[in-house]
Amino acid sequence: MTDIFDIYLLEAMVNGILLGGVLALLALGLNLIFGVIDVTWICYAELVMIGMYGMYYLVQYFGLSYYLAAPITIVMVAALGALLHLLVIAPLLSAPPINQLLATGGVLFVLQSFATVAFGIDFRNLGIRLPVLKFAEMHFSYSRLLAFAAALIGMTLVYFFMKKTYVGTAIRAISQDRQIMALMGVDTRRIYLITSALGGALAGLAACLLVLQYDIHPFVGLSFGPITFLIVVLGGLGNFVGGFVAAFVFAEIISLGGLFSDLEWGYVLAFAFFIVMMFIRPAGLLARRS
Amino acid sequence: MLELKSIDAGYGTFQALFGVSLDVKAGEAVGVIGPNGAGKTTLMRVISGLIRPRAGSISMEGTDILKTPEHRIVSLGIAHVPENRRLFPRLTVEDNLKMGAFMPEARARFAERLEFVFDLFPRMKERRHQMAGTMSGGEQQMCAIGRALMSDPKLLLLDEPSAGLAPVVVQQVFELVKRIRSGGLTVLIVEQNVQQVLKVVDRAYLLEAGSIRASGSSEEMLANDSIRQAYLGV
Repeated sequence: MTDIFDIYLLEAMVNGILLGGVLALLALGLNLIFGVIDVTWICYAELVMIGMYGMYYLVQYFGLSYYLAAPITIVMVAALGALLHLLVIAPLLSAPPINQLLATGGVLFVLQSFATVAFGIDFRNLGIRLPVLKFAEMHFSYSRLLAFAAALIGMTLVYFFMKKTYVGTAIRAISQDRQIMALMGVDTRRIYLITSALGGALAGLAACLLVLQYDIHPFVGLSFGPITFLIVVLGGLGNFVGGFVAAFVFAEIISLGGLFSDLEWGYVLAFAFFIVMMFIRPAGLLARRS
Repeated sequence: MLELKSIDAGYGTFQALFGVSLDVKAGEAVGVIGPNGAGKTTLMRVISGLIRPRAGSISMEGTDILKTPEHRIVSLGIAHVPENRRLFPRLTVEDNLKMGAFMPEARARFAERLEFVFDLFPRMKERRHQMAGTMSGGEQQMCAIGRALMSDPKLLLLDEPSAGLAPVVVQQVFELVKRIRSGGLTVLIVEQNVQQVLKVVDRAYLLEAGSIRASGSSEEMLANDSIRQAYLGV
């Protein structure tokens, strides 16, 4: 009995890590936008939702293979991110934060309503069912393994982009002192646009991965939008490493909580944990002590 | 090389500069001295495009700075070491220097410029992987000057390089300015440390309450009675 229980525990822990990968990817995208542009994209998960519909139509209507549709979707959502910046954020850059929040919140409803009108409220899926890996009496779905691996690769690419390139270094610098960027010869508007496209691209990648695990409907963003926000806040807004750690902490709570009770209870536990942490460490898990 | 004519500038309803004219010729070192709040930093910010003047004109080697986008001004050969250094504290020394070479013209010569800066400041080579914010004030000033030199400028703007530094470090910073000058770089330096700066520059302007009150060679300024009384305490 104890042996079997341990197997389930291990399985749940591994599944938690797999879930954490995709959540970390989403948190990174949101953190990037917040850290650099100092704006919170409330509608971030809705970009993912649009990307999932993109995958659906590319695969089901245009008959593209999954691996051909994925890069197209990523580029498309990246363009959507850049467009969101140009049309909504750029005009409000010097507006009070509450106005920016309301504006991106408005975009959330626009995108949800647009999806409802354009695509209907039916639940759709790609029709791709990946097999399940059996390993030492544990079960792991390939869609989760693939999502985890792709999320890690995506985050690694972003890491090297940020560390090695001039634009990446400027993205890190701009969050520390935006006023003097012009003295470095940096056009901040261009960096903002690149960052928004990158944040969009990460949402696009997440869409490609989540579409293998979730059915697509106009409100699918609600399944992971709020949790992404909690992760980003728990990790400390704009703190990339904190967001990464918090994603795995949350994923384990959800996964292990689901083991002892229903999956829904995992979410309840995760949200309760978040509320408690906000009292203990309001500036985030890895907040710098000032 | 650099020419300012009748510059009026300020922030909001506050005017900081009133009809300031000055010029800097190639190869010169020019100082701007004056008390706190005289408009010295505003003057520097107007030259590097961080704020735009309300009236007047500024040209760099015949190019109108006011018609140049702010992020292109560094490409004209103007590098600005801002007040309080303004390093990126959570980037490494090397990444800070890399930011100084951001413009396309400078990227191609990054390795060469990095070697030049490391020759000038061997300390920066030792600390290249350290976070800039963890260094001492003097080291941060070296890093800030190094960052500006990465763009291979013709004109270096130094805003209060001695501020907040220990006296012995202040000496080092002014020694350094001399060395940079001897390499043929043109320097415009703003300072409250009048005694020290007049030893390094060829000419100086006295800026008080947003207007140029006096100008002349370093010897003339040192001999000027009102400057001696107000700034040198003799």
